[in-house]
Amino acid sequence: MTLTATRTRWLQDNGVHVAVAALLLFNVLFTANFLTAGNFRTQLVQAAPVLVVALGMALVIGTEGVDLSVGAVMALAAALIPLYLGYGPVPAVLIALAVGLAAGGFNGFLVARVGIQPIVATLALLVAGRGLALVIANGQLVQLHDPAFLALGTDDVFGLPISVLVAVVLAVLVAGLVNRTTFGRQLVAVGGNRRAAHLAGLPVSRVLVGVYAITGVLAAVAGVLATSRLAASDPADIGLLMELSAITAVVVGGTPLTGGKVRVLGTVMGVVLMQLVRATLIKHDLPDSIAQMIQAAIIVAAVYVARERR
Amino acid sequence: MTTTLASARTKVLQRQGAAVALVLMVVVAWLVFPRFGSLDNVRDLALQGSFLAVIAIGMTFVIITGGIDLSVGSLYALGGVLAAYGSQWGFFGALLLPLLVCGLIGVVNGLLIARTSMAPFIVTLASLLFARGLLLVITDEGATTYRIAPDSAFVELGRGTVFGFGHPVFIALVLAALGGLLLNRTNFGQNVFATGGAESSAILMGVPVARTKVLVYTMSGVLSGLAGALTAAYLQSGVTVIGVGTELDAISVVVIGGTLLTGGAGTVLGTMIGVGLRTVIQNVINQIGTLDSNFQSVVSGVFLLIVVVLQRTLRR
Repeated sequence: MTLTATRTRWLQDNGVHVAVAALLLFNVLFTANFLTAGNFRTQLVQAAPVLVVALGMALVIGTEGVDLSVGAVMALAAALIPLYLGYGPVPAVLIALAVGLAAGGFNGFLVARVGIQPIVATLALLVAGRGLALVIANGQLVQLHDPAFLALGTDDVFGLPISVLVAVVLAVLVAGLVNRTTFGRQLVAVGGNRRAAHLAGLPVSRVLVGVYAITGVLAAVAGVLATSRLAASDPADIGLLMELSAITAVVVGGTPLTGGKVRVLGTVMGVVLMQLVRATLIKHDLPDSIAQMIQAAIIVAAVYVARERR
Repeated sequence: MTTTLASARTKVLQRQGAAVALVLMVVVAWLVFPRFGSLDNVRDLALQGSFLAVIAIGMTFVIITGGIDLSVGSLYALGGVLAAYGSQWGFFGALLLPLLVCGLIGVVNGLLIARTSMAPFIVTLASLLFARGLLLVITDEGATTYRIAPDSAFVELGRGTVFGFGHPVFIALVLAALGGLLLNRTNFGQNVFATGGAESSAILMGVPVARTKVLVYTMSGVLSGLAGALTAAYLQSGVTVIGVGTELDAISVVVIGGTLLTGGAGTVLGTMIGVGLRTVIQNVINQIGTLDSNFQSVVSGVFLLIVVVLQRTLRR
């Protein structure tokens, strides 16, 4: 391997960590009030739902698929919460998660059993899901008052906001799933070469359905977290364009769109990087317009660096 | 004999499924809602569908090459704002500025996709963000809405009518006819099919794959900009909030029209039928009136699903 190849390889594997470190350093030096607990708290709370969704997205992308319906599933979860909150927060959250599971399982069924391309199969749910959420909620925002449910969005455990804690625990679980279980190995094999995986006797369909189902549940978790933080169910707005943020974070984190590889830590860093970029631009009073254009440049640069990896 | 008959029937359903559905929808809608068939309503329908049709023609070419263009919704909005902004320099300023800028973004999309082997999905996702950002820069973060002088020739382009049908309807029809000819009767069209059918074989056969890709994304950009310009002319201003999710509408009408997302096959006529179907569904839901308008997206999504499942199962 030549020196350049080694260097490219290193950049592919560690680029996102270097970028996060550089951006942190920049902010420590040049951004007022960056090194405060309050600021870190805000940044983490904002990033938590994105991370939860991105974890699922990383799994799906690892199977050479994509899930466009995550934002719509968040909206569905949000729309259901006020309907069942009367029975208490636990049943309401469980119902939301069950619907996420069903939606994801349905996506997986379409992809694995019917053989529809992931992008179209999940596009259908993107279009229909949010519409359904709005029909359920009569197109209206509902204020929530259940103290136990709202605590999910406001309270701390061990000094960390609950939503951040949930995101971290889920990241550890997903990392364990990918690296330490048979299911994780099968997932990577299916993404690397579906036909070979099938011929090797792996339960390809079951793995695919499982992956989409997990992604659906994670999207519903993100919907619940975002709803509790907002203290309102807002199916019109919640999770809008979330599929793009999640895909961006996963790709920036070094998981190739060609499948066969899942980088969980990279995904976490990808979410952190995109959050830091946004925060840095806002804190330096750059308008939203420039922020979007810079994000676009980052996406292209990250994919350009990662493009040769198979 | 029976098997050939069955396979022929399958083929008709697969090819013309959307057309059959469109005819059925129209007949049912006409029977249930007498107003549906009125000339006024037909004119409305045609005008509503024409903007999406212009975008979807470009998307058809992109999808036949095996790619996808997620930036069309943003370019549509950007095109509208640029047209309104450019109208201060008269008719040609209003028309050419959006075509030029959106076309340029299309060129960049195409170059990045063709020369660096980055996934079309990601490249055009980035330009979706970029174009929205550019739109916000031009409009002072969305605070400024540029207006077009109501008596200008450019407004006539969007609001003028022939036999009661709006100019955009005729523009869309002419572009669809040109698109069909381009796809089926020219070398370029052959290259588009070859690129999407089997890219590596196409390269070996000497098909200019890279140039073809750059051209289809450029086309998609220009057409999205044109659709935006026509919308701005119709609305007499550059509305900043339009076009969110339009890429998904365009993709779904192309797929409903029978163009395969895997590339290599598709027709402009099918896409037009897809646009017609979507517009009719929307119209019927509006006619019912009591139905929540959000129901429309539920129906669209379910419909898209039925079409792709049918396409998939019939192909087996």
